[in-house]
Amino acid sequence: MKSGMFAICGILGAAVVATSAIGDGHADKAIEAAVKARQSQMTLYSFNLGLLGGMAKGEIEYDADAAAAAASNLAALSQLDQSRLWPQGSDNAALGTDKTRALPAIWEAGSTAGEKGMAFANAAIAMEQAAGGGLDALRGAMGDVGKSCGGCHEDYRQEN
Amino acid sequence: MTLSLAMLLASMAAFWILSRPQVLPAEDYQNLVGDLSNGERIFWAAGCSSCHADPMAKGEDKLVLSGGYRIDSPFGAFIAPNISPGSAGIAGWTTYDFANALVAGVSPKGQHIYPSLPYTTYARMNPEDVADLKAFIDSLPVSDVPSRPHELRFPFNIRRGLGLWKRLNLRGDWVVTEVATPQLQRGRYLVEALGHCAECHTPRNIIGGLDTRRWMQGAPNPSGKGDIPAISADKLDWSAGDIAYYLETGFTPDFDSAGGQMAKVVLGTAKLSSEDREAIAAYLKISSLVD
Repeated sequence: MKSGMFAICGILGAAVVATSAIGDGHADKAIEAAVKARQSQMTLYSFNLGLLGGMAKGEIEYDADAAAAAASNLAALSQLDQSRLWPQGSDNAALGTDKTRALPAIWEAGSTAGEKGMAFANAAIAMEQAAGGGLDALRGAMGDVGKSCGGCHEDYRQEN
Repeated sequence: MTLSLAMLLASMAAFWILSRPQVLPAEDYQNLVGDLSNGERIFWAAGCSSCHADPMAKGEDKLVLSGGYRIDSPFGAFIAPNISPGSAGIAGWTTYDFANALVAGVSPKGQHIYPSLPYTTYARMNPEDVADLKAFIDSLPVSDVPSRPHELRFPFNIRRGLGLWKRLNLRGDWVVTEVATPQLQRGRYLVEALGHCAECHTPRNIIGGLDTRRWMQGAPNPSGKGDIPAISADKLDWSAGDIAYYLETGFTPDFDSAGGQMAKVVLGTAKLSSEDREAIAAYLKISSLVD
């Protein structure tokens, strides 16, 4: 009986050690993949905003179809399910600011990062409705998109 | 013995005289009628709410000037006070009191104010704009949140010493002296008298004064994390249009967006007229003191 208990404890202990070891390896890879994926999503935001903003600034000639396509990309990107992109432990304190600038505050109690994401999605949808409707409409919609980007980066991104 | 005592007393007297708080000429602030709409413009251009609103305030709450923003520095931490128009803030201040605080760094009690309030910038403000800003702040909501004291190390916690600091670092003259057009003059006023860009983007000397010879050349972040970039004409390769658009929307030429304290700055500059943003951009494009 006594040796049986000991064996069970031993097996449990070994299992805990083993899962945590395997878990760590998997977690590192999963976290790195999530960081890469969310940074890629940011790059795609930026790529599409580049066309819209270039038109707003007068650097690129306004083209309703091209603007509408970029804005619809932006809106579609804002609707992607992000639940796997922001795992616990993928902040800059854990990984270093050279890997990610996402601040731990994103995951802390009282975080408003989710609301900030919603504000961006709303601004992107408004842009989708505006972008094909003339340069002035596009210009107007850029303001709220910019504000929603800054709204999250203000509190939740480490500055360089 | 008597001689060294006399010398000690003489230097104490010299310190006392040289470190006296110097107030503004009262006649410059008489008969000024505050204009609310210009005051609002000055408020956003001067970035008051970046430090004096609660650090997590959003939207309309940016107009509640309860204070609380913390500036870490080599001298200790400065904590922005409540400047709302209630008893925890600046209730009862006259326009002249307000001007002395903002432009000369002297409180209504006659004490030096720490230069975390960038009066080294606001020293260049016109009295009319000071009065208009006061009128606008008086129209904002009252906050009862008490101001918290700064957390400064000895000897920096001795306010009287600031009198000497001001003698070395507080000047009301322009840094960029050659401005050829009205647009550049306006841009210079917005940057050098209101926007206080230099307070972060210009390096400081060992006693914490701005090293104006290295105007807008970038500086270490006083909080110790990272660097604040150079924005002088010789270092920043953005076009004037890029700068103006950044100040309007927060988007960089690469369509990254402003974050951190610059996101707060952009919320203010977004409320300015496009002429004012273009004037700031035009000024920055000539703001190099390096030949």
